[in-house]
Amino acid sequence: MNQGIILNIINSTFGLSAIIFFPFLSFLILGLSGIKSFKKYASFIGIISILATFILSSIVALEYFFISGKTADGFVKITALNFEWLKFSESISLNVGILLDPISVMMILIVSFISLMVHIFSAGYMKDDKRIKIYYSFLSLFTFSMLGLVVSTNIFQMYIFWELVGVSSFLLIGYYYQKPEAVAAAKKAFIVTRFADLGFLIGILIISYYSQSLDFVTIIERLTGESQYLNSSVAVSFLGVSALTWALVLIFIGGAGKSAMFPLHIWLPDAMEGPTPVSALIHAATMVVAGVFLVARLFPVYSLSCPAALDVVAFTGVFTALFAALIACTQTDIKRVLAYSTISQIGFMIFSLGISGYGGESGLGYMASMFHLFTHAMFKALLFLGAGVVIHYIHSNEVKDMGGLRKQLPITNLCFLFACLAISGIPPFSGFFSKEEILLAAWNSNKTVFFIALFTAFLTAFYMFRLYFLIFWHNKPSNSKSKAESHFSMIIPLLVLAVLTIITGFVPFGNLITSDGKILHSHFHFSFSIIPIIVAIAGIMLSAILFKTKSNKTENLNLENLLKPVKNKFYIDEIYIFITRKLVFSLVAKPAAWFDKNIIDGTVNYSGELTGKVSEKIKTLHSGKTQGYALWFVLGLIILVLVFAYIFY
Amino acid sequence: MIDKLSLLILIPLFTALLMLFAKDKLLIKRIALAGAVLQMFYSILLIVSFINSERSSQFLFVKSISWYKTLNIDFISGIDGISVSMILLTSIVVLAGVLVSWDINERVKDYFLLLSLLSIGAYGFFISLDLFVMFFFLELAVIPKYLLIAIWGSGKKEYSAMKLALLLMTGSALILIGILLIYFRCETQTFNIVKLAEVGIPVELQRISFPLIFTGFGIFTALFPFHTWVPDGHSSAPTAASMFLAGISMKLGGYGCLRAAAYLMPQATVEYSKIIVLLSVIAIFYGAFATLMQKDLKYMNAYSSVSHCGFILLGIGMLNHTSINGAVIQMISHGLMTALFFASIGMIYKRTHTRKIDELGGIIKSMPFIGSTFIIAGLCSLGLPGFSGFVAEMTIFIGAWQNEGMFYKVSTIIACASIVITAVYILRASAKAITGKVAKEEFENLKDADFNEKSASVLLIIAILLIGFTPFLLINLINQDTFIISENFFKIITSK
Repeated sequence: MNQGIILNIINSTFGLSAIIFFPFLSFLILGLSGIKSFKKYASFIGIISILATFILSSIVALEYFFISGKTADGFVKITALNFEWLKFSESISLNVGILLDPISVMMILIVSFISLMVHIFSAGYMKDDKRIKIYYSFLSLFTFSMLGLVVSTNIFQMYIFWELVGVSSFLLIGYYYQKPEAVAAAKKAFIVTRFADLGFLIGILIISYYSQSLDFVTIIERLTGESQYLNSSVAVSFLGVSALTWALVLIFIGGAGKSAMFPLHIWLPDAMEGPTPVSALIHAATMVVAGVFLVARLFPVYSLSCPAALDVVAFTGVFTALFAALIACTQTDIKRVLAYSTISQIGFMIFSLGISGYGGESGLGYMASMFHLFTHAMFKALLFLGAGVVIHYIHSNEVKDMGGLRKQLPITNLCFLFACLAISGIPPFSGFFSKEEILLAAWNSNKTVFFIALFTAFLTAFYMFRLYFLIFWHNKPSNSKSKAESHFSMIIPLLVLAVLTIITGFVPFGNLITSDGKILHSHFHFSFSIIPIIVAIAGIMLSAILFKTKSNKTENLNLENLLKPVKNKFYIDEIYIFITRKLVFSLVAKPAAWFDKNIIDGTVNYSGELTGKVSEKIKTLHSGKTQGYALWFVLGLIILVLVFAYIFY
Repeated sequence: MIDKLSLLILIPLFTALLMLFAKDKLLIKRIALAGAVLQMFYSILLIVSFINSERSSQFLFVKSISWYKTLNIDFISGIDGISVSMILLTSIVVLAGVLVSWDINERVKDYFLLLSLLSIGAYGFFISLDLFVMFFFLELAVIPKYLLIAIWGSGKKEYSAMKLALLLMTGSALILIGILLIYFRCETQTFNIVKLAEVGIPVELQRISFPLIFTGFGIFTALFPFHTWVPDGHSSAPTAASMFLAGISMKLGGYGCLRAAAYLMPQATVEYSKIIVLLSVIAIFYGAFATLMQKDLKYMNAYSSVSHCGFILLGIGMLNHTSINGAVIQMISHGLMTALFFASIGMIYKRTHTRKIDELGGIIKSMPFIGSTFIIAGLCSLGLPGFSGFVAEMTIFIGAWQNEGMFYKVSTIIACASIVITAVYILRASAKAITGKVAKEEFENLKDADFNEKSASVLLIIAILLIGFTPFLLINLINQDTFIISENFFKIITSK
C-alpha cells in the first residue's frame, strides 16, 4: 500500500480515530460538566471539536482518493483499524474499527462538513437558549454516532451506531422537552425507527448465521460469487423466498426506517419539532441517508446474489419519491414541505441504487445515487438553514405568515433560490448533474421508473418554487420589521453552502465513487438532459403563475376536496394510530395485563385464600399474620414425609 | 480459619454486630455505609486476586469446613468467574441501596440489620459449593425480604409480603426436595457440587430432580407463570428493598438455575430445553405487553423485570456458549439497571408522593439529575448500545440464532421483537412522567437529588457503562466457566 508522506502522522490510527472521538469528547465535556460551568463557551467547544474533525476528514479524503486508496484496479477497501470488542463465539465476533473505502470517506467528509455548518449556524440561532450546552453536547453525540456508523467495519458495529443515531435524534427532536408535540415527535421517531431496526437486527442474525461472520468485507466476500456460504443461504427458503433474500429485505426495512421510506416515513415530518438546525443535520447528512448508505455498503451482495431484494429496494424508492412529492405540494408548513421533499429525494437515491447493476456501465445508478446523496446534502442543508433564518425572523413555521421577505432578507433569499434551483435540477446547479445521472440510469434499466421519476422531478420543481414564492414573493402587506439579516454566524454557513451548491455538480464523481471501485467515465449527454430541464422549468413556471403574486387563482382552483387526502398525507398517520391503539393495545396488551391480574394472580390469591380458610381451623396454634407460614409448615411437612417415604421406598 | 471467602460473609456479619450495639440513628447508618463500602472494596480486591491467580482448577480459593459430619454436609466455599462477578454485583447494589436508604427514620436499626442479613445470604449463596449450604443461605435471604416489605413497605404491603413469602417458600420447598433427592438417590451421598459434577447424576434421577430444582430457582427469577410475586413484591417494598429484590434476589434464582440445575444435570437440561425456551419467551413477550398497560412506575419496572429476567432463562435454555455468556451478562446487567431504576423511582416518589405516570409530568425541569437518571436507566432497559443491556441482549440473540431448527429461530425473533415493545413502554413513561408539561404547580420547586442519592446513581451508572463500553472485560472473566457448562451440553447434543 502506498502511504502518503506528509500525512503519515495524520493517517496513523490515532489520527483516524480522532475523527470520531473529537465529537465524542465534546459530548462528554459539554454533557457531563456542571450546569453553569463554561456555558458561554459551549458553542465554541462544539465548533472547535467539529472543525478539527472536519480538517482531519478532509486530509483523510485527499490522502485516500489521491494517494493511498488509489491503485491500478481502482479504489481499494482499507481496514485502518479493527479490534475485537465483543467475542460472541469462535467465528463470530463484534469488531469495532474504521473501514476506508470511497463511500465511507465521502460520508465522513459530508457528515463532518454539514455538521460543522450546523454547529456554526446554531451559535447564532440558539444563542439565547438556556440549555445551549446540552444542545451542543447532543449535537456532538449525533455527529459522533453518524461518523461511527459510516466507518463501520462490521455490520454489528453499524447496528450499534445506528441505534445511537436513533437515540441522539430522539434527544434532539425532543430538545424542547416541555412542548408536548416535541416529546411526542421524539417518541414517534424513536419507536418507528426502532421498529424498523428490528428488521435490521433479524437480518443481521440471518446473515451472521449463514456467512459465519459479521465483518463487512468477509460478508461481501462470502456471499458473492460461488461459495458454500452463499449456496447454503440460497438453498434454505421460507415461504418460498430464500433465506438470503429475507435477510436483505429485512436489512432494507431497517434502512427504510431511518431513511423514511414509505410506509415508515411518518416520523420524519414530525421531527421538525426539534430546533431547525437539527432538522438540517437530520435531513442533509446524518440520519436519513443512513439507509441509503446501508444498502450501498452491502450493494455487492444485493446486486450479485439477490436481485429480488434489489427490486424491493427500487420499487419502495420510486413509490416513496412520488408519494412524498405529492404530499409536499399541499403542505403549508415550511419545514413540512422540506421534510417531504427530503423523503422524495431520498426516494430518488434509493431507487437509483435499486435499478443499478454492479460494475461498469450498468453501475451508473449506484454512482448517481451516491452523487445525489452528496449534492443533496449541500442544498438540503442550505434549504433548512435558510428556513431557519426565516423562522428565526418571523417566529412562525406557517407560510401564511410569510411573504415578500426578499426585501428584508436579501441574502437568504438568494441562497434559498439557489437551493431551489438545485433541487429542481436546473443547470449549472449541483442537483441538475446528479439528478440527470439518476434519470439516465433509470432510462437505461426501467422505463416505468424513468417516467415516474420524471413526473416526480416536475412535482419537485413545482412544490419547491411554490414554497419559494410564498415565502419571498407573494407580496403581503409587509410586516413593519426592518431589513435585518441575522447574526453573522448564521449567514456565513448559508453563503458557504450556496457556493458549494453551485460548484459541487462539477465534481468528477465517476472517477471517485463507483460500484466496483473502478473508474466510470462520465455519461453526461446534453441531448438526454433537455427533457428533464424542460420539465423542471415547466414546474417552476406553473408555480410562478399560481403563487408569485397574490391572486385569487389558487382559491379559484377549488381543489380542496380533491386534494384533501393528499393534504392529510393519505391518512397514513391515522392508519398507524389505528393499528397501534386499537389493535396492539386493545387486542394484545390489555388482554395480557388482564390475564396476569385475573388468571395468574387470581390463582395465587385463591390458593392464598384457601390457606387462610384452612388455617382458620388451626388458628389456636398461631397468631394472625403467620397463618400462611403455619399452613405451609404443615403442608411442607406432609410433602416431606411423602418424599422421604418415596426416597426410601 | 479465616480465608478469603469467609471474610466476605464476615464483613457484613461484623457490621451487623456493631450496629447492634450502636444507639444513635446516624451512627447506625454510618456503620452500615462503612460496611457497604468495605464490602465493595473487598469484592474488587477479590476480583483482582481472582484474575491474577492461575486457574489450576475450576474453582479457586476452595476451602472446606466440616459442618455436619454425619450427613456429610460441608461448608465448602470457592468461586469461579461467574460467582465472582455476581459477588461484585451484590456489593455494588448493597452500597447503592444503603446510600438511598439514608432518610429511613423508622426502626433504623432493624432496617439496616435486615439489609445486612440479606447481603450475608447473597454472599453465602454465591460462594458455597455445597447444595445444602446454598439452600441455607437462600433461605437466609428470603426472610428479611418479607419483613422489609411488611414493615417499611407502602401500599398493600401485608398482602404483597405474604404473597412473596408464599411463592418464594414454594420455590424453596421444591429446591429442597430436589436436592434431597439427589443426596439420597446418588451413591455418593453428598451435597458437594464439585463432587457431584465429577461423578455425574444418573439420567433418570435428573429427569425428576431437574424440574424441581429449576422451577424452584426459576420462581426466584420470575419464571412464567410463577412471576406474580414480582410486581406486587417490588412495588410494595421500600426503595432499597426493591433494589435488593430485583438486583440481587432475582439473580440468586438465575445463578441457582445455572449452577445447581444446568451445570449438575446437563442431560435433563438438554431434554427440557424446549420447555425452558418456551416459558422464557412467554415471559419475555407477555411480560413486555403486560408492562405496556401499567400505570404505576414501580409496577412498570417490576413487570419489565419479568420480561428481562426471561432473557436469563432464555440464554440458559438455548444451551450454547454464546447464549449462556449472554445469560450471565444479563443477570449482572439487569441487576444494575433495575437497581438504578428503582433508585430513581424511589427518589421521585419521595419528592412527589406519587408513582402514577398520569399524575407526574415535567419533573426533569426541577430535578434534572433524577430525571436524567430515570432516562438513563430507561435507555439501558431498552437495550441502547453503550449500556450493559445491549451487550447482554445481543449476545443472547446471536447465541440463540445459532441453534438449528424453526422453533429456536421463531423464539429468537419473538424475543427480539420484545425490544421494540420495551422501547414503547419506556418512552411512554418517560415522555409523560419525566418530560412534557409540568403537571402540578408544586413540581416546579422540587429538590434535586442529594449527595448520597447522586453517589448511588453514579455508582450504578458507571458500572452499567463499564459493561456497555468494555464488555470484553466481563466476557473474559466468565468465558472459561460458561464454556464448561456449554461443553457439557454440546457433548450430549452431538452424541445423540
